[in-house]
Parts: sequence; C-alpha cells; structure tokens
Amino acid sequence: MGTGTELGRVRGLGSAHAGVHHWWLQRVTAVGNIVLLLWFVGSLIRLPSLDYQAVVIWLRQPVAAVPMLLLIVSVFWHFRLGVQVFLEDYLRGGTLKVAVLALNLYAVGGAALAAFSVLKIALGAV
Amino acid sequence: MASRPISPRPLSPHLSIWKWRVHMTVSILHRATGNAMAFGAVLLFLWWLAATATGPDAYATFHHVATGWFGILVGVGFTWVFFQHLLSGIRHLVMDTGEALSLAASKTFATMTIVGSVALTALTWLFIYTSKGF
Repeated sequence: MGTGTELGRVRGLGSAHAGVHHWWLQRVTAVGNIVLLLWFVGSLIRLPSLDYQAVVIWLRQPVAAVPMLLLIVSVFWHFRLGVQVFLEDYLRGGTLKVAVLALNLYAVGGAALAAFSVLKIALGAV
Repeated sequence: MASRPISPRPLSPHLSIWKWRVHMTVSILHRATGNAMAFGAVLLFLWWLAATATGPDAYATFHHVATGWFGILVGVGFTWVFFQHLLSGIRHLVMDTGEALSLAASKTFATMTIVGSVALTALTWLFIYTSKGF
C-alpha cells in the first residue's frame, strides 16, 4: 500500500475505493459457475431429447428452475466482470466508459430476459 | 521544448520477441474463450430460453437450427470453449493460492487444460451420440 493515510492503509481500498472487491467477486462467481454449469451441462445431455415438451417438463421442476436462476446470476455477473477487464485493457477514455455502459446494459438486460423466461416456464405460463 | 522530434514512443518487448509457449497460448485462450462465451454462447442460451418461454412455434425454429449440422458444429465448438475456459479457470484459482507457479508446473498444467478440454468435449459428444443419435 502506497503513501496514503494510516487509516487508508488499514482499509486497503486503494485509490478507486473498491479494494479487491472486483477481483474477489470474479472468484466467487467462478466457483459458482463451476458447480452450476457442470450441473447444467450434465442435465442437458441427460434430457430424453431437446424437444419443446422435454425442456418445459424439466424446467417446471423446482430442482431445475432454482439452480437455473442461480446460474443466470452467477454466469451473467462473472462475464460482466471478465469482459470489463478485457475492455479496460484495450480501450481508453470516453470509448471505454461507453463500452462498459453498453456491457452493463447487455449483462443486466440479458440476465433479466433469461430469469423472466425461466420463471414463465417454471410457473406454468407456457 | 520548441521542436521535439516526433517519433513513436518506445515499447517494451512484447509478443514479437518471446518464444511461443503453451502457458502463453492457454493465457490468451482463457480470454478468447471467455469473450466467445459472453457474446456467443450467452446469446444462444438466451435464444433457447426465450424461445421456450414464447411457445412451441418459436421453439421449433431454435430446435431446427440447433439440431442441424451447423447447430451441432457450433455446439461442439462451444463445448470445447466451455471446457477450455473451465479448466484454465480452475488453473487460475489454483495459482491464486500461490501454488503451481514454477515454470515446470505452469507448463504441465497449461498442457493439461488443453488435453483435458479436448478429451471432455469428445466424451460429452460421444455420450450424446450413443444415448440419442443425432
């Protein structure tokens, strides 16, 4: 830690006041993704078929719908953090800000669409 | 400072001077596969879910494309992309603890992520093929 005040050094949040929050959430969501995506891929390939009815019947079960909702949060959060680092490495200034705002729109909008779709199927509205 | 010669700023040696090694490949693959999933697999995932939530007709379009030869090809591709990102991500989590950072270990585990991702992709599609056909 640099030349800040003693309190600043104790807090360890650095000049952006965020500390290792971004780094840590990337790891937390990574572990979430390992568990949830292995479950998801395993479940998908064990479905009797990829027909409409097979998918709907599967997603109507709470043991499928709830992990799917958790997966959506974990995956969309994880790529939101990862793509931000990617953009920060290659873009500067105003372009970077616009790109990260667009990324937020894509990640939050996509997660909302996915979660709404799962809920609609799971609650029997299709 | 009236007339400073305009010349390109010096850059430290980068991609051009290093001998290409497997851990460099795995490092850039981690970023490439992550972004490929963020902007590719995520869109397919959204199409699949939104089509299911919309109804049988919308789903039929997705199903037709997904089970066609091009859909299978994209599926196999993203299966490898997923396993590669998964395995190199696990490697990153291990290295975050301070382990496996020596040159030899780094190289071994980097190689294992590629061997592993190809093997897991083959096993996954072998399972799909033997249990369902196409």
